[in-house]
Amino acid sequence: MREIAANSITEAVRDLCIEANTRLPQEHLAALRRALGAEASELGREVIERLLENAEVARERCVAFCQDTGYAVFFVELGSEVWISDGDIGAAIDEGVRRGYEEGYLRKSIVRSPIDRTNTNDNTPAIVYYEPVSGDGLRLTMLVKGAGCDNMSALRMLTPAEGLPAMKRFVVETIEKAGPNASPPLTVGVGIGGPFEKAAVLAKKALTRPSGQPNSDPELAALERELLDEINATGIGPAGYGGTQTALAVHVESFPTHMAAFPVAVNLDCHSHRTASAEL
Amino acid sequence: MSPAPIRLEAPLSREEIEPLRTGDVVRLNGVLYIARDAAHARIKGAIEAGEPLPLEPEGNIVYYSGPAPARPGHALGPAGPTTASRMDPYSPLLIERGLRGMIGKGLRSEAVLESMREHGCVYFGAVEGTAALLADCVREAEVIAYEDLGAEAVHRLFVEEFPVVVVNDLHGGDLYREGKERWRRR
Repeated sequence: MREIAANSITEAVRDLCIEANTRLPQEHLAALRRALGAEASELGREVIERLLENAEVARERCVAFCQDTGYAVFFVELGSEVWISDGDIGAAIDEGVRRGYEEGYLRKSIVRSPIDRTNTNDNTPAIVYYEPVSGDGLRLTMLVKGAGCDNMSALRMLTPAEGLPAMKRFVVETIEKAGPNASPPLTVGVGIGGPFEKAAVLAKKALTRPSGQPNSDPELAALERELLDEINATGIGPAGYGGTQTALAVHVESFPTHMAAFPVAVNLDCHSHRTASAEL
Repeated sequence: MSPAPIRLEAPLSREEIEPLRTGDVVRLNGVLYIARDAAHARIKGAIEAGEPLPLEPEGNIVYYSGPAPARPGHALGPAGPTTASRMDPYSPLLIERGLRGMIGKGLRSEAVLESMREHGCVYFGAVEGTAALLADCVREAEVIAYEDLGAEAVHRLFVEEFPVVVVNDLHGGDLYREGKERWRRR
C-alpha cells in the first residue's frame, strides 16, 4: 500500500482551484485561437479577441477569468493500493476547496439548498465522483462549472427506435435552445448510455477531456466531428451575436445501456472552459 | 473595421438611447448599479410594500453581475455579466419606473422586450468570460444595499469606457435573432 496524507490532497485541491480559475488550459486557448482564425463574423472575432485578452490578464494577475467560479467538481481516480492517512478524502477535498476559494479571491457561489438559498460561504461542498482504478496512484481532475451554461444543459430518455438520428437532433436542439445564454463558443459534453444518471455524469466527465482531443473510438470521433459541424451551422456564434464558431469541441462518451434505453445527456460549457488536474 | 464605438454617459435620457441600434458598439461611462437574482427579489418586495428602493430606476442602468472578491488595490473583483433571463420576472417593474438600460447576457422574454419598447429601455450585451477586463473599467465600487447578500448585494459603480453591444434597441431590433439568421447554414 502507498500512503498519501489527507493534508497533501487538501494542498493539491487548493492549488487546482486557483489554477483552474485563473489559467485556461493550453488546449482550450489553442482552440480559441483557431476559432479566431476561422470566424467569419467581425463582431464574433472581436468577442474571441476579448476572451483571449481576458485570459492573458487573468493569468498575469492571478485573478478569476470569470466571476462565476462555479461548482468545484472533481473526478477522482483512486488507486486500489492507496491508503489515505490522517483523515478522510472527502473532507480533505472540501478543505482544499475552502482554502483555494478563500486564498484565490474566488467567488463563493454555493447555497445550502435550492429552497433555503443561504450561501455556504466557502463554496463547499465539492461535487466529487470517485472511480476506483488499479495501482497506487491518485489523480484529481477538477472542472469549474459555471451555472449559466449548466442551466442550459439537458437530458432525454430516447427509445432505441428513435436511435442515433434523434440523438443528433437532441444535441443540436439543446444548443439552439440555449442560444446566447450558455456563452458560446461552447465546449459540448455528450453522454450516451447507462441508466438516467450515468448519462449525465458521462456528459460532465466528457468536458474534462483536453479540448478537441477526439474519442479513441473512430466511430464516436466521427460523430463528434459531425455534431461540431451541425452546431457551427446554427449561426449562433461567439456570445450569440451571430457567427460560424458556436462550439470549439464536442466530446462524446458512451457506456453500455439497457436493451430498452437510449439515454442522452448534453452538458454545455461556456467559453470560460476551466479544467485542471493533478497526480499525487 | 467596425465603426468607432459610441460613447455614452449614464444616467441616460430617453433621447440619448433613442438613436441606438442593434449591433452598435458602445462604451459606457458614469454610474452603473449591480443587481442580480436575490436583489431583484427584494426590490420587488420593496415595491409591493411601498418601501424606498435601493436605487432610483429613472435614467439608470442595471448591470446583472455577481463580482468575485477584489484583490487588494482593485476597486472591484472580476465581474462579468450573468444570464439576464433570470431577471425577466422583475425587469418590467424597473423599466416602468424609468430604467434606461440593462447589461447582461442571453435572451430576454417577450414581456421584457415589450416593456422596453413601450417605456424606453435598451438591453446591452457584455461578453461573459471577460470578467477581469470588465472590472478594469470600474473606477469606484460601493455596496449600497443588501450587504448580507454578499456577491448579490447592490453595488454602485463608477465606470470608464465599459464595453457593451446593443442587443435589443427601442425599435424592435434583436442582435441575437438577426446575427443568427445572418450566419445560419442549416
